[in-house]
Amino acid sequence: MSILGTRVVRTEDPRLLTVGGVYVDDLAIPELDGAVRATFIRSPVAHAAITGIDADAARRLPGVVAVLTAADIAEAMRPDKPMAEPLLAIDRVRYVGEPVALVLTDGTCQGEDAAELVAVEYEPLAPVVTVADALLAKTLLFPAAGTNIAGTGTAGRADPDRFGGCEVVVERTIVNQRVAPVPLEVRATAARWSDGRLTVWASTQNAQLARDTIARRLGLDKSAVRVIAPDVGGGFGAKVGIDRDALTVAWAAYHTRGSVRWAETRSENLSGMVHGRGQRQTIRIGGHRDGRVIAYQLSIVQDCGAYPRSGAFLASLTQLMASGVYDIPGCGADYQAVVTTTTPIAAYRGAGRPEATAAIERAMDLFAGQIGMDPVEVRRRNLVPAQAFPYRTATGAVYDTGDYASALATVLAGAGYEDLRAEQARRRERGDVVCVGIGVSCYVEITAADAASGETARLAIDGDGSATVYTGSSAHGQGHATAWAMLVQDELGIPMERVTVIHGDTDAIPEAVGTYGSRSLQLGGAAVHKAASQVRDKARQIAAQLIEASEADLELDRDHGFWQVRGDPTTALTWAQVAAGAGEDGLEADVRFTAPQPTFPFGAHLAVVEVDTETGKARLVRHVTVDDAGVIVNPVLAEGQRHGGIAQGAAQALLEEVRFDADGNPQTATLADYAAVTAPDLPSFELLDSVTPTTVNPLGVKGIGEAGTIGAMPAVQSAVIDAVAHLGVTHIDMPATPQHVWAAINEARAAR
Amino acid sequence: MNVTITVNGTPITADVADRTLLVQFLREAGGLTATNVGCDTTSCGACTVLLDGESVKSCTVLAAQVDGSAVTTLEGLASPDGQMHPVQRAFHAEHALQCGFCTPGMVMAAVSLLAENPDPTQDEVRAGLEGNLCRGTGYHHIVRAVLAAARAGREPA
Amino acid sequence: MIPAPFTYRRAGTVAEALEMAAESGEDAKYLAGGHSLLPLMKLRLAVPEVLIDIGRLREAAYVRDEGGHIAIGALTRHHDLATSGLLASRVPLLAYAAGCVGDPQVRHRGTIGGSLAHGDPAADLPAVILALDATLVAQGPGGTREIAAADFFQGLYETALAPGELLTEIRVKRPESAGWSFQKFTKRAIDWAIVGVAAQGDRVALVNMGMTPMRAVAVEQALAAGLAPEQAASHAADGTSPPEDINATAAYRQHLARVLVGRALAQARARG
Repeated sequence: MSILGTRVVRTEDPRLLTVGGVYVDDLAIPELDGAVRATFIRSPVAHAAITGIDADAARRLPGVVAVLTAADIAEAMRPDKPMAEPLLAIDRVRYVGEPVALVLTDGTCQGEDAAELVAVEYEPLAPVVTVADALLAKTLLFPAAGTNIAGTGTAGRADPDRFGGCEVVVERTIVNQRVAPVPLEVRATAARWSDGRLTVWASTQNAQLARDTIARRLGLDKSAVRVIAPDVGGGFGAKVGIDRDALTVAWAAYHTRGSVRWAETRSENLSGMVHGRGQRQTIRIGGHRDGRVIAYQLSIVQDCGAYPRSGAFLASLTQLMASGVYDIPGCGADYQAVVTTTTPIAAYRGAGRPEATAAIERAMDLFAGQIGMDPVEVRRRNLVPAQAFPYRTATGAVYDTGDYASALATVLAGAGYEDLRAEQARRRERGDVVCVGIGVSCYVEITAADAASGETARLAIDGDGSATVYTGSSAHGQGHATAWAMLVQDELGIPMERVTVIHGDTDAIPEAVGTYGSRSLQLGGAAVHKAASQVRDKARQIAAQLIEASEADLELDRDHGFWQVRGDPTTALTWAQVAAGAGEDGLEADVRFTAPQPTFPFGAHLAVVEVDTETGKARLVRHVTVDDAGVIVNPVLAEGQRHGGIAQGAAQALLEEVRFDADGNPQTATLADYAAVTAPDLPSFELLDSVTPTTVNPLGVKGIGEAGTIGAMPAVQSAVIDAVAHLGVTHIDMPATPQHVWAAINEARAAR
Repeated sequence: MNVTITVNGTPITADVADRTLLVQFLREAGGLTATNVGCDTTSCGACTVLLDGESVKSCTVLAAQVDGSAVTTLEGLASPDGQMHPVQRAFHAEHALQCGFCTPGMVMAAVSLLAENPDPTQDEVRAGLEGNLCRGTGYHHIVRAVLAAARAGREPA
Repeated sequence: MIPAPFTYRRAGTVAEALEMAAESGEDAKYLAGGHSLLPLMKLRLAVPEVLIDIGRLREAAYVRDEGGHIAIGALTRHHDLATSGLLASRVPLLAYAAGCVGDPQVRHRGTIGGSLAHGDPAADLPAVILALDATLVAQGPGGTREIAAADFFQGLYETALAPGELLTEIRVKRPESAGWSFQKFTKRAIDWAIVGVAAQGDRVALVNMGMTPMRAVAVEQALAAGLAPEQAASHAADGTSPPEDINATAAYRQHLARVLVGRALAQARARG
């Protein structure tokens, strides 16, 4: 029986549970003996010219090895494009938390003491805190660029007459707020220059991408840089590649020809690490009173923060996925990405797709409210039908496979939708203070959007018959080591305990893409599968020679890992014997798997929320989901991904928001202020199964890392609004904090 | 100042700065790096250890304050023969960890919770873990694991 | 994150603590459980030069029945208050509220004395001792004195304790009316209260509704004048100027105060 699809607990766990992981700051290796500690001096103001830096007092403090500023950085390493980001700030700072100088100390405690002694003179400039301010362009962040707009795009239909034939048109501007990724492990980097080579230990999702960036920015040859990702304590997109701060630490090691290590504080993390989301969206939806939607326009202003990292790109994904699961021929989308004097924005779990789903789902609810139809019914009437796949959307996506109606039906039945509506009605009739709300979302998302880049895998059979997988995917909690070993066992019959998985070291795996966009299993896993197939083919040849039989007569007994003449155990050869027969070349395969196109996981979520209408407090009491990501290799891991995703989506809907005051000062710079979701804020989740395989990879798998977030956020938001809809509330921006909900109820009452 | 703390049964003595936090003592003087630091505001619980048997956040305790006390970290939880503690076993069986960063603190918080309440409800488990953030699991499998460990603790071995 | 440098001194007795404080002058701070002070020191919002650790004064950690009143040692931890059988039967408001402070780890270290002496209007226990009309006992170089809870909180993080004076005991008389309620309204369980209400009989106190923890005087007066609880609750925000922050506007806090006082009074009456 195949191990695929069975509940296998993780091989990674025993170590993590008994001695703990080895994250960058835990590294106790000879290469880092004597490494100095790096502490950043960061901008305390959102926007200012730097008129002077006096580090003399800091330099005199015992233990201080150096204080480095932009003046120490070679001209060639300075940014060459108008909005490009320097390592340390040059002349101007553009967000609170921007690195201005770096103190190197020889002990762990002095860095913060020394940082307090570095005097930086700032001449304040007007802050640009909101996207509206950015568009006004009274103040430009980059005068040389002549604009605050970092990118624009359009997709799908642009003609306004799409709405002309509609009986009902609803328009609304909504916010998909800025949130903080908050990986529990903050950013950390260690770097060592030795013998003409730079080795960097980084908390990254993509060691190879990080290496390429370091080499490019420092002007080094790729072969002169090695990046190692040890255990990584969560990433969620925010640890893609290597960011400016970590790059600066790598530069400091190169510059001083020594070893440097850095681990930021959480306060630094919350204002210095990238944030996610940050879109102002104007949704316009039109259709007929029978529930059919015929036109939809999504107009986005994406906040990039101070420097356009991947902000502009994220909005293009939102645009691509604008119509979601619905067949809306008259769908169009456009975006402007702008810079503001705030922390830069980049990928965060879902990265552009949750924003699309949140917008279209909100639009569907508003449309349903306007025509007085059950929002579930409106959805049903507009879903892309199961027989329409592959389905090309108006904005240019080609959905591979799906059955959206089935997902919706499953979730409604699983949750007991009719009973929930009845309970809602009873409470409303009784005039209960605590009302119940039901939110339903249907979603489709794009995973492995860069399928053509593919992923690498090398599989080697060792002399003792064990296997080593060198994978380009990079794990930080997803369970790759377990899943990849399962794939090898399934293909080769080598028990997974005898499969070692290596990742995140550019010397061991020179070419790879790494982990983001829910790409690992469908590209990295498929690559492992492909490598295993090639190894099997080679092994068949070798075994045939060793047994002196024809290849066609051989079989691989996958239950025992033997090669033999079909039905004749006396001829059995072990993997060790076959590997020995491979000669000097060894028995291995080195592959890159690319897919012809991305995959489009889909599903439906139903959230039940209770709202205390006197205080405005909303509580998620049930969350039921279908998340169809095609074939499931390991249900345990898939559930874990769904759970975590749901939690982050619910957290954005209910609690989490990065806030700045009018001067651009962060108001959520500690975990006491940033309301990261906790265990008592959530119920246990009710997961329902659905499997619609894809045809674009041999495993039939799609991505599942972000699906939970994408489905949960709109369902929970919708449930909160639904709970107070009878009071006249039609919209509440996220997060639906008690104050927001209370304010919405008040406004609705006042309007009546 | 000179501080001696018995960590996982072994006394560790070190001459440390007065401002040294317990978590630094454990990591730097003790070389025990399972205990992680995830915040600066006593919020995340990644640094949770047992102090004289009870969960505390070691980022908000001075090493000097607990001079002479006994501390248990994740590294000291399994029995000397390597047998995992029931909470560790349950975390493994229920997939209650992903990246592993919150895990040491989460496990220690769960051990303390079960010591005080061996038969908790699901809500009590959630409330008991309110001081420990996990960003990966959505807490679902963690809660299951703690309930499973409680059940295992009640059943004869 | 690490505090700025300081000198650590450990006191073995109350007398020794007072002596150390006298020697160390104004830049010294007492350190009990440290769960109010150390977080501020790590953020370098507090920079004392000397810390006098009183955490080992086990003589000051107790909950005792003294006949006329319950005596609580200032170094009694929140966890021990929350699990005290004596408090559960005699002063359940305090036991329950102590179980709402922070999270389990914080309750294993934080002490009632440390919390009260910190004088944070957003903390839970200050309002509770106001509602209980407790008496606080302080020892200083000049001897021991009693301070009524109503006189203890004097400003933002300011209390009636003189420099070097040490809070040693909290005394709670048996409440005249048995009904009690503690309403803590938060976004998340671990957060500080956006607004909180402690009620013991008709004595009502508010968390996070101004610069200090405060009695809801207008509510108490309305009750005394014979108004029904729901009418009295409508006066909960009278005379308050609550803070504005990312969680709540002043108006929202005032609204919450009215709602929560109404709930507290209803629950207290139901329990009375």
